Amino acid sequence: MALLNRDQLAKRISQEVKDGYVVNLGIGIPTLVANHIPAGMFVMLQSENGLLGIGPFPTKENVDADLINAGKQTITTVPGASYFSSADSFAMIRGGHVDLTVLGAMEVDQEGSIANWMVPGKLIKGMGGAMDLVAGAKRVIVAMQHRDKAGNSKILKKCTLPLTGQNCVHRVVTDMAVLDLSKEGFILKEFAPGPSIDDVKAATEAPLTIDPEVREIRF
Amino acid sequence: MNKVYPNAAAAVAGVKDGMTLLFGGFGLCGIPENSIAAIRDTGIKNLTCVSNNAGVDGFGLGQLLEKRMVKKMISSYVGENDLFEKLYLSGELEVEFTPQGTLAEKLRAGGAGIPAFFTPTGVGTKVAEGKEVREIKGRKYVLEHSITGDFAFIKAWKADKFGNLIFRKTSRNFSPNTATAGRITVAEVEEIVEIGELDPENVHLPGAYVQRIYAAKFEKRIENLTLTPSTGDPKPGISQP
Repeated sequence: MALLNRDQLAKRISQEVKDGYVVNLGIGIPTLVANHIPAGMFVMLQSENGLLGIGPFPTKENVDADLINAGKQTITTVPGASYFSSADSFAMIRGGHVDLTVLGAMEVDQEGSIANWMVPGKLIKGMGGAMDLVAGAKRVIVAMQHRDKAGNSKILKKCTLPLTGQNCVHRVVTDMAVLDLSKEGFILKEFAPGPSIDDVKAATEAPLTIDPEVREIRF
Repeated sequence: MNKVYPNAAAAVAGVKDGMTLLFGGFGLCGIPENSIAAIRDTGIKNLTCVSNNAGVDGFGLGQLLEKRMVKKMISSYVGENDLFEKLYLSGELEVEFTPQGTLAEKLRAGGAGIPAFFTPTGVGTKVAEGKEVREIKGRKYVLEHSITGDFAFIKAWKADKFGNLIFRKTSRNFSPNTATAGRITVAEVEEIVEIGELDPENVHLPGAYVQRIYAAKFEKRIENLTLTPSTGDPKPGISQP
């Protein structure tokens, strides 16, 4: 059963990005989304440490210690970029001025809640900006593997880990499927070219409503 | 008026055991590295330190942790510091995890005379436990209290002798917000110019928020050097997996 690899997953999510969008991408698969934004589409990538307009990584000659992204990596800016303080950055995020955020998750549940910052009993590194992003972005998309390494579903009736946010996720894109959140829980919109609808159901702990227009993921 | 101090040691004078100290910076970018080193050398203890991150082992706030000067950290993310982990797990260090935007707003509000505010961030999570949650216009918000400090330490690019500051690129981050929330705010800068030399249109933080200034040299350590590969298309500079 062929599942989407990380790059294909990112490519599918890139279809959610629209011209003129302000987008914040989290660490991991979400990062890869930027590689698939079509040329000619004007999109500004936000970095919560105070930049709107992330550009490519620098060449050796252009490295600037004063210019980093939220992952503390050296970066450059694109034309039209702007710098601002952290309070201004989170005013932008919390105030609904970011059109889309894409984040990774350890668990998502049918109430649209997400857990991605803490595993009790293990090391806690902190939530960073994730709680603000899920509370404030206009659209919240989760990019994740459908199951953990042991094969257990990460798409749950109820999250077991401490939450990052409650009732905030709009869409989940996994290596098996595209799921939308509704008042009735998860709706299966699309499935990966490999697995059948029954395979997706079997891999999902939460109940799934099958959209009448469900189809295979297209790129 | 003289806000210009000769060096870091003079500029941090007055810090004492048990104080709440605020620090600007994100990761190692824009941290007040010279003030931190000078505070380390004072040997004071039982500090509450407010900073988005906790430095790395041996640099930034990591140095205050090494000398066991910190009783409590208020931060949003501390993943880059092994000693932090050890002190936290052994109970030697208390940590109050605060969402990054809430932390920035606590400082902004603290400096703006607003004692508390309602935010949607963290509703329904551990962060909201024990705090008032109020429904306003159909949505739930958690009451968060602002932060002020005995001292605030920040780093800026340029200052004039009144303390008007200009920051450079993303090294601005928390610094303007942190600066407003300190009873005494100490700015270390790369260059001090005469009053009148900074264009008023381009001042990022007015001098009213700054009590002490000194010029210093900066290591500006890079935490995560990432380059565009010399072959192939440049990739957008967002965090790699």
